Amino acid sequence: MSAAALDTARPAATAAPPMVELRGVSRRFEKRLDLAGKLARRLGLPVREEVVHAVDGVDLAIRRGEVVGLVGESGCGKSTLGRMVAGILPPSAGTILRDGRDITTLPPAEARAVKLRTQMIFQDPYASLNPRMKVADIVGEAPLVHGIVTRAEFDAYVDEQLRRAGLDPAFKRRYPHQFSGGQRQRIGIARALAVKPDFLVCDEAVAALDVSIQAQILNLFMRLRRELDLTYLFISHDLGVVEHLSDRVVIMYLGRVLEEAPAEEVFRRPNHPYTRSLLAAVPRIEARKRAFSAVQGEIPSPLHPPPGCHFHPRCPHATERCRVERPRLREIAPGHRSACHLNDALA
Amino acid sequence: MSGAASPTLEVRNLRTHFFTRAGVVKAVDDVSFTVPRGKVLGLVGESGSGKSVTGFSIIGLVDPPGRVVSGEILFQGRDLTRLSEEEMRDLRGNRIAMIFQDPMMTLNPVLRIDTQMIETVLAHARVSREEARQRARDALGMVGIPSPEERLHAYPHQFSGGMRQRVAIAIALLHRPDLIIADEPTTALDVTIQGQILAEVQKLSATTGTALIWITHDLSVVAGLADEIAVMYAGRIVERGPVAEVLDRPLHPYTVGLIGSVPSRNRRGEPLRQIPGMTPSLLNLPPGCAFRARCPRADEACRAEPPMRELLPGREARCFRPHLEAAAETAA
Ligand SMILES: Nc1ncnc2c1ncn2[C@@H]1O[C@H](COP(=O)(O)OP(=O)(O)OP(=O)(O)O)[C@@H](O)[C@H]1O
Ligand SMILES: Nc1ncnc2c1ncn2[C@@H]1O[C@H](COP(=O)(O)OP(=O)(O)OP(=O)(O)O)[C@@H](O)[C@H]1O
Ligand code: SF4
Ligand code: SF4
Ligand SMILES: [Mg+2]
Ligand SMILES: [Mg+2]
Repeated sequence: MSAAALDTARPAATAAPPMVELRGVSRRFEKRLDLAGKLARRLGLPVREEVVHAVDGVDLAIRRGEVVGLVGESGCGKSTLGRMVAGILPPSAGTILRDGRDITTLPPAEARAVKLRTQMIFQDPYASLNPRMKVADIVGEAPLVHGIVTRAEFDAYVDEQLRRAGLDPAFKRRYPHQFSGGQRQRIGIARALAVKPDFLVCDEAVAALDVSIQAQILNLFMRLRRELDLTYLFISHDLGVVEHLSDRVVIMYLGRVLEEAPAEEVFRRPNHPYTRSLLAAVPRIEARKRAFSAVQGEIPSPLHPPPGCHFHPRCPHATERCRVERPRLREIAPGHRSACHLNDALA
Repeated sequence: MSGAASPTLEVRNLRTHFFTRAGVVKAVDDVSFTVPRGKVLGLVGESGSGKSVTGFSIIGLVDPPGRVVSGEILFQGRDLTRLSEEEMRDLRGNRIAMIFQDPMMTLNPVLRIDTQMIETVLAHARVSREEARQRARDALGMVGIPSPEERLHAYPHQFSGGMRQRVAIAIALLHRPDLIIADEPTTALDVTIQGQILAEVQKLSATTGTALIWITHDLSVVAGLADEIAVMYAGRIVERGPVAEVLDRPLHPYTVGLIGSVPSRNRRGEPLRQIPGMTPSLLNLPPGCAFRARCPRADEACRAEPPMRELLPGREARCFRPHLEAAAETAA
């Protein structure tokens, strides 16, 4: 077992209020049209915009020092949840607590400080870096504005941030386009860490990188966690990556959390039928010329999620009850929660 | 169809270069491989290594400033590089089909699925509209689209991304091609949907004898799907052989590094093994082995260009110092 996983077993970690806690958090959107939809509408086909329940009544706690992996298939609400956790998107309903306090009721100065202490790292570092700014300014601007460094300290501070993210400070007068994808992700990390956050929300932060570069960046995340005592919400659709670095894993499906448990538990003893079929569908490099088995059915549209358990149209164990009643997320073993009616029979 | 003896596709010493203002980009440089009937070749490599350009070269869709500068592409014994544009057009979508990462490269957003599919059938087959419609319906059924008859009336925007990709695959299958080149067709899809498509594709190549080139950067997909694997680096195939052997006992240091950096090949929570440095620019590649600057085994000899050599029966690699001594170094 890794040292990281041992850490979270410490009872002390549960004594303080969680670093971040979500209570009944939901977020609704007017559904945007995709390209095909827009084209179709321009040609006079009947295409409407509708309401999406991107996140639907989520309870979640993240403790200080933890790495929580958030997985789920496209459109299940991972990014929306991540943006709410990072405080850059307000929920439509529910409460978000930081260190035990509702973030919407904080005085403005404190709200700003909390926002700074949570930083987000995105999939596409290029889109999130200003192409007309030199690397030194990209990294050093926010610390200067927020009074973390003075003009006099600026250069030394920027150099330190770059070095820590594995970049040669000699390149700090360059622009983002002069760097490779992996280096740009390092610039994004240096920028995020320059404002001294204690919490990073990484949204598909390695998804756009080649495996060999991905390994470099994942190693950087793990090293920084040790050196700076960081807490992470690590959003990814890649279960291999999540398994590797998370202490705890949260599985989402159509806006809801279906299962949550320590990482090893999720991968060794998945409880929820969706988690089990997801794990079975993941291609593994250890597998050889195998017959791919398929979870039946499509992922339903988040515009019209099925009633009851969202997974019932694809679930091999679905019963009448599953079609009408939403299963509650409840503890089935210490630290292991799952939302499936099958667990009632066992209780 | 040609005799069972000749493979569906044989690529010999293919070179495709782009003549840009900044210089010559040797996107594909001396690439050779074969794909027998009913077999799947997994073509893997990092971004920019030349996988897509290899695929485009085979179906004759390399646009200027690029062109195939030398080599042979033997499809059932015929050299495609010598065919006229018209002969190529006749093969494309008929005997050879390509599936792209973005299904909208195949689908027309303003036409109903049945219109598109029927047109495709009629472009290459002398059959009635009703017969064409029947074939379209069968193809949709084959890729696991439920109630295909109804779905024929839909427009692309009414499908999810996974469904669109399956329609694109169904269109590729319409003429039961002898060769399909699939360029990262499941990369943008969810794992459960990817699983469904991989299952269909596997069934297809086994039952119809279609040869398949599956382009991806995901070694895990190739592990389960392919018979043979070819690993590209900087425009060259650096290692080639049966999938299980290459993954269990890679010979080329790049393949070793690539497999070693896959998270599941590492102990949970430990630092991942990583390849230092980054992918070189194909413009002005230095002479010698292109992997030299990142290779832990590089020495003076590697300043020369390593030739592709058969190092074990059925196993080839371009390396002066391959991993022949340590069996299964990456099997942690
Ligand atoms: N700003 C927005 N306006 C309208 N709809 C939105 C908006 N943001 C997200 N959605 C919708 O909410 C749902 C959840 O989206 P979200 O981006 O959170 O999913 P995700 O799990 O991050 O998916 P992916 O893996 O594709 O990134 C989707 O149906 C999406 O289309
Ligand atoms: N039109 C073009 N002009 C100049 N260079 C090009 C052109 N098209 C491709 N290239 C170059 O050819 C090389 C190979 O590109 P290719 O698209 O085949 O890579 P790939 O292996 O498919 O990468 P990816 O995984 O990102 O799809 C790249 O270095 C690319 O920059
Ligand atoms: S609640 Fe019912 S439908 Fe949902 S996962 Fe459990 S058994 Fe399947
Ligand atoms: S030829 Fe030399 S540099 Fe190239 S991969 Fe082999 S050992 Fe490394
Ligand atoms: Mg997202
Ligand atoms: Mg490509």
